[in-house]
Amino acid sequence: MASRSVANLEKGERAVIKAFRDRAMSLKLLEMGCVPGTEVRLDAVAPFGDPICINIGGWYCLALRRDEAASIEVE
Amino acid sequence: MKQKKNRIALVGNPNAGKSSLFNQLTGLRQKTGNFPGVTVEKKSGTFRLTTPDQGAVQEVLLIDFPGIYSIYPKSADEQVVMNVLANPSHPDYPDAVIVVADASNLQRNLLLFTEIADLGLPTVLALNMLDIARSMNQEVNAVPLAMQLGVPVVKINARTGEGLAHLRQAVQQLLDHEKAALPYFFDPSETQAALIEEVKESYQLTNNYLALQYVCQHDSFAFLDQPRRARLDAFIDKHGFDQTDFLARETITRYERLKPIVEKAVKVDGFGAQPRWTQRLDRVLLHPVWGYLSFMLILLVIFQAVFAWAQYPMDWIDAGTASLIGWTKEALPAGVLNELLTDGLMAGIGGVIIFIPQIAFLFALVALLEESGYMARVMVIMDRMMRRLGLNGRSVVPLISGVACAVPAIMTTRSITNSYERLLTILVTPLMSCSARLPIYTILIALVVPEQTVLGVLNLQGLVLFALYFLGLAAALGSAWLLSFFIKRKETSYFMLEMPTYKLPRWSHVGITVYDSVRSFVVEAGRIIVAISIVLWVLASYGPGDRMEAAEESVRARMAQEAPDVQEAAVSSVRLEYSYAGHFGRFIEPAIRPLGYDWKIGIALISSFAAREVFVGTMATIYSIGGDASEDAMTVKERLRAERNPRTGGPMYTPAVSYSLLVFYVFAMMCMSTLAIVYRETRGWKWPLIQLVYMMALAYGAAFAVYQLMS
Repeated sequence: MASRSVANLEKGERAVIKAFRDRAMSLKLLEMGCVPGTEVRLDAVAPFGDPICINIGGWYCLALRRDEAASIEVE
Repeated sequence: MKQKKNRIALVGNPNAGKSSLFNQLTGLRQKTGNFPGVTVEKKSGTFRLTTPDQGAVQEVLLIDFPGIYSIYPKSADEQVVMNVLANPSHPDYPDAVIVVADASNLQRNLLLFTEIADLGLPTVLALNMLDIARSMNQEVNAVPLAMQLGVPVVKINARTGEGLAHLRQAVQQLLDHEKAALPYFFDPSETQAALIEEVKESYQLTNNYLALQYVCQHDSFAFLDQPRRARLDAFIDKHGFDQTDFLARETITRYERLKPIVEKAVKVDGFGAQPRWTQRLDRVLLHPVWGYLSFMLILLVIFQAVFAWAQYPMDWIDAGTASLIGWTKEALPAGVLNELLTDGLMAGIGGVIIFIPQIAFLFALVALLEESGYMARVMVIMDRMMRRLGLNGRSVVPLISGVACAVPAIMTTRSITNSYERLLTILVTPLMSCSARLPIYTILIALVVPEQTVLGVLNLQGLVLFALYFLGLAAALGSAWLLSFFIKRKETSYFMLEMPTYKLPRWSHVGITVYDSVRSFVVEAGRIIVAISIVLWVLASYGPGDRMEAAEESVRARMAQEAPDVQEAAVSSVRLEYSYAGHFGRFIEPAIRPLGYDWKIGIALISSFAAREVFVGTMATIYSIGGDASEDAMTVKERLRAERNPRTGGPMYTPAVSYSLLVFYVFAMMCMSTLAIVYRETRGWKWPLIQLVYMMALAYGAAFAVYQLMS
């Protein structure tokens, strides 16, 4: 089974960050606090499903595009 | 002898309250400029440290840096931070650093703090937004933080000014006492000892982490020359250094080491969530229906403010400058100097300050939306549509600001981190109908659109006006889409945007923003507009040879019986015809005839080339309204209506000509100030020239089509 990404989360669902699929994007995501092992939760979805707002580790809310979210693998 | 003031750098994440703290500490003792050599805005200001025992008061200079998430820059603006902090001989190099951290999001905010501390700079940590942390059920304790991090930690509230006395003391102590260097939070020598040692040795550095910055960021370090950069590249090859991998590991290591520290300092009750009112508001403002409706409603208020409410102060300014010009004309002896001062200089300054109310209203509202946290939501709901056109959700702010004036609007594009999306936004923003086009629209619409109501409530003239604004918006979005095929994208587009919690705006902060933007408009754009209006005045007042004087003589002779004011009007009309401007008008007539224009409109086109707001004034002069200060739209309109086309004998301003002119002004790049600001922001003439050509081509083509189809 293909691994899931943040983009596959349902609203309100929580998951733990496992790895990144895009090397260049991962640097920016890491700086924003998306560190492997951190728990995230899908908080809100913009009209037409993109971008999405995820809560990072209970700290804050980050809005990002669906394809950016798709580069974050979760379990 | 006066000592050089100590410099304090203010660094922090965006949204951590950095600008609030800056305003609290410096008040109005601040000034805006640029960092040397780059166009990044630098705000600096003085504030006082207290030394109660000596009774002396030390003033220090606080420098506000762009908000960053880490010291690794993601945009041109962010590069300035390390260009200063990595270069001890930079004039802005600080003696101490205040890092502002959002206490409700401590872990991510401390990442930047540990990076700054590792550079070896004396640092104090200011914990802000503790009230928000509390509303998210977090209790933040400063003592364990200070113990673990080894630096002073001060709790502040940048919005109310609480804790600032402690912050001043902490800064004072940093300046007074030389502290032993702290152990590295993350030492690059742990894994790259050989590389770091080699770099330290050849560049006389003592700090391991600074050496790493030479390795990673040397391409953006302006203070390193080409051979010194090339040597670093050689080191990287020699040691097989993989930057992306290393930086990913660095950030992960920092977070791993921060985790236990933060866990000790912050008591969290459950999985944190944004305060309830923020969640509730987001449910409405990000909703597919209510979200867009609220945004439309807010836009409507902005339009109302910019066009209706700003009209009153604009009328006062207009009347004020007109009477001041009239008074000066009377009071000073007549002559060339008098005319240059009144018709050239003062009229030019008047043309600048008339836009102050609109700019002030617009920036007050935009600042309110940004302060409250709503702007981030607008970017989120607009990003998807903007992305398809090659833009970014962040492009919405410049596009909205463009309805007041493209100059400040283009300045707001600095928040777009992607240089490609920023360029595209700069290129299309001037197509938004700015306030300078409004007088042209008003007078031409009044000329050709009958005053009648359609569908019971809608005013037909108002509908046409709305259609023109819509045309500008459609042109801006359409051009972005078309241009995105021609301009190459260099970097991938990011959106990633922190969603701040909603906050009540701080009025003093809004006030300072408004004051700043008005001042920069008056100073930056004002200089150019005034210079151009003086040049124009010269071109319209003098002509080649003595043909102008000869023509004046003959008119005076012919109209000797007429009343003096009629005579003067005819004289000023004929003088314009034989002036340099008049010659230009005749020169370009063949080019504009396909659009339905004659040489008189040609003069107006040329004179308004520098600034479109000149158009109505020029029309007034050409159609011999003369220099009457109390001219109103009615009389200009009547004159235009009475104007005959010498070739057809019918009215000159047929619907075809008027609509052609209207469409021309929707698209045309008739604004020197915009070109100047685009030159400044893109650092070269390439893009302003491309912008000029494409907008003019669009204007010419559209006006041609309209005229040919309607006549």
